[in-house]
Amino acid sequence: MNDSLTLIVESLLFAAGDPLTPRQIHALLPERDLKEIKEILIALKAEYEGMKRSFTLVEVAEGYQFRTLPKYKPYIANLFGSTPTHLRRAALETLTIIAYKQPIMRQEIERIRGVDVGGIVRMLLKKGLIRVVGRKPLPGRPIIYGTTKRFLEIFDLKDLSSLPTLKEIEELDNGEEE
Amino acid sequence: MTFTAKLDLFEGPLDLLLHLVKMNEVDLADIPIATITDQYLEYLDLMKALDINVAGEFLVMASTLMHLKSKMLLPKQEQDLEEIEELIEEVVGPLREYKQFKEAAEGLASRNILARDVFRRASDAYLMIGQENHGTTSRVNLFELMMAFKKVMAKQFPDTVLRFKAETWSIKEKIAEIKKRVERQKTLYFSELFSPKGSLSELIASFLALLELVRVGFLAVYQPKPGDDIMLEALH
Repeated sequence: MNDSLTLIVESLLFAAGDPLTPRQIHALLPERDLKEIKEILIALKAEYEGMKRSFTLVEVAEGYQFRTLPKYKPYIANLFGSTPTHLRRAALETLTIIAYKQPIMRQEIERIRGVDVGGIVRMLLKKGLIRVVGRKPLPGRPIIYGTTKRFLEIFDLKDLSSLPTLKEIEELDNGEEE
Repeated sequence: MTFTAKLDLFEGPLDLLLHLVKMNEVDLADIPIATITDQYLEYLDLMKALDINVAGEFLVMASTLMHLKSKMLLPKQEQDLEEIEELIEEVVGPLREYKQFKEAAEGLASRNILARDVFRRASDAYLMIGQENHGTTSRVNLFELMMAFKKVMAKQFPDTVLRFKAETWSIKEKIAEIKKRVERQKTLYFSELFSPKGSLSELIASFLALLELVRVGFLAVYQPKPGDDIMLEALH
């Protein structure tokens, strides 16, 4: 059974389109408890999953968002007509390194990839997938980069800690150290 | 004209090395250095033959590999073995780290990517111009109005210096006209105020009429977002 607050929260999520965080919702309903709102979101998510509709409430980018299920992708892709441009492999690798090692400076990315990444970093900045998070207290005060909320949204990540852990490198961990 | 292609297949030396390791079906832990070095150099030759720009990084790796290979071919002593181990680690260490991220990148690419695999609701926030509620809009001041007018002027009369002459267009007439249109349309846009073929004096008359209507409090002017078209509404 849905009480009125649940339906209010649902209406906000429906209208927003963007992921809404419990805090954002709380700011709109200051007389309600943040804890109560969090519980409602968890319950709503379970409810939508249980309904087995074509879309569901997804926890992403530190908030909640309505999204269609992957199953319906061919139909929706036809609706929009064009396929979105994908990141090239080099760009995706660079983005991955930034995501896992942030805050990271360009020099360090280049050390890992073994090639210049200046152009790719600029492109990722322009696409809003990464951002400048500060400068390192080193000579020349190099810029350090991190990922954005948009990155989380696009890659279906709840937050940075839900990035899959890097695979351990089996073959060299067998007593290679010392 | 020579055609130079950016090598897309192998973005860098580490990429090429990983490919060779995979092709030879060997473990990173025991790479056959001599074989891999030969194959690596073959690829570089092929790239040169195809007139593909070989980045400096490829050549640095080539010399590292050749150095390592020559060391391994020479008769070895105890200390040589240690040095070889170190050199191998210099090649394999970065390779191992890079491989880890390459796999992580593949992992990310296989997630449910927004707008590729899953879709969100399209935002209709851009429709919010607001009739009664101006929550998302802000009142426009005189300077912003002047700027907007300057834009209209620049478009229709570039290189004109503003000089006020005897009015051929009556501001009074324009006031009456704007009042009528706003009452009929409820919301009038700034850009609609000026007829595209209007003369300079007509444009100015319209603008002064607008200022007068705002001054007497008949009109309110709003802007949904900086840079958006300004909206005019009658205040009752």
